[in-house]
Amino acid sequence: MSALLETCHLTREFGGLRAIGDLSIAVKRGEILGIIGPNGAGKTTLFNLLTGIYPPSYGDILFDGRSITGLQPSRIARLGMARTFQNIRLFRQLSVLENVRIAYDSGLACSPLDAMLRSPWALLRERESVEASMELLEMFQLGSHVEDRAGDLSYGAQRRLEIVRALALKPTLLLLDEPAAGMNPSEAMQLTDFLRWVHDKFSLTIVLIEHHMQMVMALCDRIEVIEFGVRIAGGKPEDVKADPRVIEAYLGTEGELP
Amino acid sequence: MNMIGMTAWTKSRYLPPVLLVAGLIVTAILPDTGLVNDYLQFVIVSVAINAILCVSLNLVNGWMGEFSVGHAGFMALGAYASAILTVKLFPAAPPALLFPVAVLIGGCVAGLAGIPVGILSFKTRGDYLAIITLAFLMIVKSGLENIPYTGGPRGLLGIPRLTTVAWAYFWCVVTFWVIRNLVYSKYGRGIAAIREDEVAAEAMGVNTRTAKLVAFVTSSFFAGVAGALFAHQLQFINPSAFDILKSTEILVMVYLGGVASLGGSLLGAGGVTILTQCLQPLGTWRMVVLPALLVLLMLFRPGGIMGYRDWNWLKPRISFRPRLEVKADAKQETIP
Amino acid sequence: MKYLAQQAINALQLGSIYALIALGYSMVYGVLTMINFAHGDVFMLGAFFCLLLIAIVPVPFWLALIVVMGATAVLGTLIERFAYRPLRNAPRVSAIITALGCGLVIQNTTLGISPYARPMPHLLDNVTYQFSGITITTLQIIIIGVSVGLMIVLDFLIRKTSFGMAMRAIASDRATVSLLGVPANQVIAVTFALGAALGGAAGLLYGMAYPVVSAAMGITVGWKAFVAAVIGGIGNMRGAVLGAFLLGAVEVMTVAVLPSTYRDLIAYSLLLLILIFKPHGLLGKPALHKA
Repeated sequence: MSALLETCHLTREFGGLRAIGDLSIAVKRGEILGIIGPNGAGKTTLFNLLTGIYPPSYGDILFDGRSITGLQPSRIARLGMARTFQNIRLFRQLSVLENVRIAYDSGLACSPLDAMLRSPWALLRERESVEASMELLEMFQLGSHVEDRAGDLSYGAQRRLEIVRALALKPTLLLLDEPAAGMNPSEAMQLTDFLRWVHDKFSLTIVLIEHHMQMVMALCDRIEVIEFGVRIAGGKPEDVKADPRVIEAYLGTEGELP
Repeated sequence: MNMIGMTAWTKSRYLPPVLLVAGLIVTAILPDTGLVNDYLQFVIVSVAINAILCVSLNLVNGWMGEFSVGHAGFMALGAYASAILTVKLFPAAPPALLFPVAVLIGGCVAGLAGIPVGILSFKTRGDYLAIITLAFLMIVKSGLENIPYTGGPRGLLGIPRLTTVAWAYFWCVVTFWVIRNLVYSKYGRGIAAIREDEVAAEAMGVNTRTAKLVAFVTSSFFAGVAGALFAHQLQFINPSAFDILKSTEILVMVYLGGVASLGGSLLGAGGVTILTQCLQPLGTWRMVVLPALLVLLMLFRPGGIMGYRDWNWLKPRISFRPRLEVKADAKQETIP
Repeated sequence: MKYLAQQAINALQLGSIYALIALGYSMVYGVLTMINFAHGDVFMLGAFFCLLLIAIVPVPFWLALIVVMGATAVLGTLIERFAYRPLRNAPRVSAIITALGCGLVIQNTTLGISPYARPMPHLLDNVTYQFSGITITTLQIIIIGVSVGLMIVLDFLIRKTSFGMAMRAIASDRATVSLLGVPANQVIAVTFALGAALGGAAGLLYGMAYPVVSAAMGITVGWKAFVAAVIGGIGNMRGAVLGAFLLGAVEVMTVAVLPSTYRDLIAYSLLLLILIFKPHGLLGKPALHKA
């Protein structure tokens, strides 16, 4: 399998502080890759670099064979890279349906003039966007909440909506930033099954940042470990689990590696 | 969809256009009937112009959640551009032809000026964007004061009175229709997403630059249209008519009626226009009431009367067919 | 050469008045990251308070200065307490709108009471000195002297006293500071009082220098000082002073070359240019990028 996403010597500094240093990793098409590491290791910064929110200080990012370094984040998203956020970032004041439509709409060709005059073309797009978004929401059993404000949903439903919203981009790569944050172990295991189902159903490649080790071990095909912005280990879950460097990194901070 | 749903849909579909055309006919013959005197006509035209100003500013300050104080500046550009056409360049042209063109050009000039402000909003938000719009307003005002061609600080006199009740109504309807379409479109949802969370909006594929540009250009275009109507209502414009107080007046309308709301814009424009007319006897003190109202609103009801809500009849209808088969299929598979 | 020196003195005079006002904008922005649009009108009221005071009791200049500063300080605290404090945790836009509204209320109330510009009576015997062809008046010396004196006092307050430390701490992290037991509300109130007092002093000095006082001064002069604060980097005290003297110099040069109606045009164009190329002003630091 070829690489869907590749970073080459990716480096990001914040005022002389190195958040990501010379990181070269590859994500294979169709796999579920876990990224683990202690708090402050630079995992979220890595996502922000991949999605174009921060420009890298140095290095290159290849997505589907082309360089996406320096592209506007929305451009990268439309190329098929969707993400969720560690601290849920829904459009809280907007309805559930609007949240999903905003992501779906970005793939629609409709000029501002068409939109303002509500041309037949624009109407067709509007209809397509409602239908597709509704379909997606129904599929994830949020169909009864379409009119609710996203901020009023329960915590679990908000997490799910964020994933639905990301899927509305019709992505090939899904970046999940701690999707199990705030969940107990049994909820996390449910989420594991759910994510596997999403992965298969939408034929996705998934990159996952997570602290729930059980979930990472159960879900991921491969794991990369980073600490202080540098890759310290990587490989199959069972190998990573046994790697002395990983144990050391974790024992120093959490010591909860199963 | 059942039959009842279909008929209700067809009924409601043709009702609004019919009402709107009827309104145009009524406003066109209204002055000739003698039922409303000149003063009342003046008030009606003012409400329409203010409604245009209010809903267009609401696009930036309400839907997009930014704070622009430069609306009077865009309005000034529209007013001056159109007045130059009707007074200086083509004073002899038939007004029925010239006026719509003049208003459109007024809008376009203001819309063009909206482009640089929109571009500056790519990187600048919040306080700093407010400062930029303030600088823009002051530059337009003091710039106009220094142009002898348009009369400098004394302003332009002898503008023909071309803004009739019907024209004001027509442009008001056009403005609301266009902004409604925009707000309930891909771009409008993108603009609202910027208000909610700009980073998340970008991450969800919203080209925030395009959205901001669309918001600023549309907003300033209609401010220019309103300015053109304003100039041809008062028959006299000078730079100090478009100062920070004018912007504040529009701000009061927006925040009184309700942010991000078409109906709220209508209410706000109507309410403030009628209020200022009632306060006319107070003279200068009238100008204390509006800003004070603004402060009280912020302290006690920051969203205004209809913040983030709208009447259903103002929203466009989209028909869609739910695909029931998908529901069944998903139920076996998904994890709650 | 003489002409230039003469213009430099004029620029210093205007710049030091701008600096006093600009410091008020900058201090408030520093602690609350809020644009206090009403500050220009506090400055304007400073001049009016002085008029009022002299009309009641003819007092010497120094006493008038102290009384006016006290009065505007009280006013500044009142505005903070009743208009801004309730909105401290509201969206930022609400606070800007409120400030704008407060300023216009003050301005138009003053306009209602005093619709016309009023002449400012003389507080001092104005003596003109000649130094090898350059004229300088007692008034100019006092204006520049008082402004610089007040700035030095303020600098001392901010750098050496516990109040100054608390103020700087709040500027960097309000939430944590409250947890550490710094009385944030008091410090913020004192900041407003100080800023307003400086604004009031500037109002009095401006009234003496350009002896006409009008309600529009809050916008025509006060907002110009705001422009100066933004040019220098709002929130930064040294930036405010730098911006003020820069703007003073630019305005004096403009008036020397072009008709005086170009002053506003040039000042606001300069503001726009600075914001385009140095979005946080000459000495301002960009806020930490938050994604």
